[in-house]
Amino acid sequence: MKGNEAIAEAAIQAGCRHYFGYPITPQTEVAAYMAKRMPKIGGCFLQAESEIAAINMVYGVASAGHRVMTSSSSPGISLKGEGLSYMAGANLPALVVNVQRGGPGLGGIQPSQSDYNQATRGGAHGDFHLLVLAPASVQEMADLTMLGFDLADKYRMTAMILADGTMGQMMEPVEIHPREIPECDKSWALTGTKMKREHNIINSLSMDPYDLERMNVERYERYAAVERDEVRYEAYRMDDAEICVVAFGIAARVAKNAINEARGQGVKVGLIRPVTLWPFPKAPLLAAAEKCERFITVELNMGQMVDDVRLAIECRRPVDTCNRTGGVIPSAAEVYSAIMGAQKGGAAK
Amino acid sequence: MSVVFKKPHALTDAVLHYCPGCTHGIVHRLVAEAIDELGIEGRTIGVAPVGCAVFAYDYFTCDMAEAAHGRAPAVATGLKRADPSNIVFTYQGDGDLASIGTAETVHAAARNENITVIFINNAIYGMTGGQMAPTSLPGQVTQTSPYGRDVNHCGYPVRVCEMLATLDGPEYLERVAVNSVKNVRAAKKAIRKAFQNQIEGKGFSLVEVISSCPTNWGMSPVKALEWIDEKMIPYYPLGVYKDRSAGREEAK
Amino acid sequence: MAKLTFRTDRCKGCGLCVAACPKGLIAIAKDKINQKGHHPAELTDPEACVGCASCAMMCPDCIIEVER
Repeated sequence: MKGNEAIAEAAIQAGCRHYFGYPITPQTEVAAYMAKRMPKIGGCFLQAESEIAAINMVYGVASAGHRVMTSSSSPGISLKGEGLSYMAGANLPALVVNVQRGGPGLGGIQPSQSDYNQATRGGAHGDFHLLVLAPASVQEMADLTMLGFDLADKYRMTAMILADGTMGQMMEPVEIHPREIPECDKSWALTGTKMKREHNIINSLSMDPYDLERMNVERYERYAAVERDEVRYEAYRMDDAEICVVAFGIAARVAKNAINEARGQGVKVGLIRPVTLWPFPKAPLLAAAEKCERFITVELNMGQMVDDVRLAIECRRPVDTCNRTGGVIPSAAEVYSAIMGAQKGGAAK
Repeated sequence: MSVVFKKPHALTDAVLHYCPGCTHGIVHRLVAEAIDELGIEGRTIGVAPVGCAVFAYDYFTCDMAEAAHGRAPAVATGLKRADPSNIVFTYQGDGDLASIGTAETVHAAARNENITVIFINNAIYGMTGGQMAPTSLPGQVTQTSPYGRDVNHCGYPVRVCEMLATLDGPEYLERVAVNSVKNVRAAKKAIRKAFQNQIEGKGFSLVEVISSCPTNWGMSPVKALEWIDEKMIPYYPLGVYKDRSAGREEAK
Repeated sequence: MAKLTFRTDRCKGCGLCVAACPKGLIAIAKDKINQKGHHPAELTDPEACVGCASCAMMCPDCIIEVER
């Protein structure tokens, strides 16, 4: 199964019955899959007139208390930014998938991780975060999609799958099992008053600055719980590591190959792979800084996550970046060279 | 004696924030009366716009969502698709519906989305203090057209009902006004029909209501209602532009 | 015989009811100021009112209740 299709099927198994999207490469398989499946299971697939309309349709379904998703790729996600901000303001849960391509602007259609900063900083105006999940296999495309729905409901926030064109197009065996949807209070939803309760209002407007401040502070209390309880990462060959590679998604797969090759040469190198990009695995990285003398991020961008690594380890160790951009994927050889260079103590920035 | 006129149940008791003489209040009441008469309050969900009517969520007793500027038809689409047994309406001004939200309006109409759209056309941006709207008349003086709307520079007003009537999608399009008792009665009938259509599953029903903005037009409330007759209605003729079920599709 | 009840505190004194009354029975009370700081509308001749509700139909703030 293709990564994009795994996302779509996992969403259905997670109870999502509404999908809205606008065609854009390289994520169109998500929409195509939904277009086929939704009518057969009593769900709703609707091709919207724009990414803006799609995210606002998501806003509508989320307001009604149902699980809902949209997917797009980088330029389309920028268009959805407005809706993401409003959904954060209105505390609406939903799942948004970004199968990234190179940017800025129209950029290219090859794989990229250059929306890292956009995704991990909310991506639009105002005080808010998205819960950002970064799959590194087709199985994780499915698993994190299901998890994303659960966490979105639990914390009343939008979760984002931050994938890339490679992950979307990659074919791997995948198991997707229907699962029980956790109980979740949605008494806030717009279901009609049935003349039995006061009206519910879904809204992000507050004319009183103290009121708005209170709502933002409350939201960040929820974010604090997310940072405390929902950090996910993989530590690979880190037990005795002296060099720590940090990479997510496709970059982590490339990095693993390079790490294994370097290990063959006796270099003590390991990988920390953030699975949640927000919340970022700060604590494991800081702990790694006790033993690891150097850090290397591998990224498909000009070096974005590198700043978060420096912050996480409080700049205690040098952090290099091994990166390619514009849709180019760093090769295992390039990562290997970076590891060997770091081992010799050179090239640190 | 019996009560023959009172505040409808579907309006909350909140004091409207609108300026003195602003006809938003009349249209709010007509919407609420339609909800009352059709007995749908418990399953109605409204979508408020950005603009003067942004606080509409405080004024209707039904469930309410507040949408981003222009996006109300998309939000309403989501709400309606989530539970088609609910009655979903948007309440939007001219900037919201005919400028920033043009795409959402046109495509909700093209899909014949089974929602009700109440469109307030007062030819000006009220909330932001009187700037030129997509529906401002040629020559109309506003804060951002201080020498009068120059059609050679910034183009012509958008006639929403006429534009949407060219689509096969929409079920019902009517333009009404609320500047006289007679016109208010007609507006009430149209708004009620726009909700009735949705109940019957007929599809996209839009009522354009020619309204006044005395504050930003710089007129007394009474004079503003006269200006609707003198200037607005000649440019925006009242009437039914589409009523598919009635077999009347002639564009006026 | 008709009875009009004005929720005077909510009146914004816009005068649309004054213009709407076919018998000219409503006036803005220039000698009164309500809680909102407006001169409110009032019925000048209750005996002559037939309760047609034109005033209430045009009131943007829904402050007039009509009985007849």
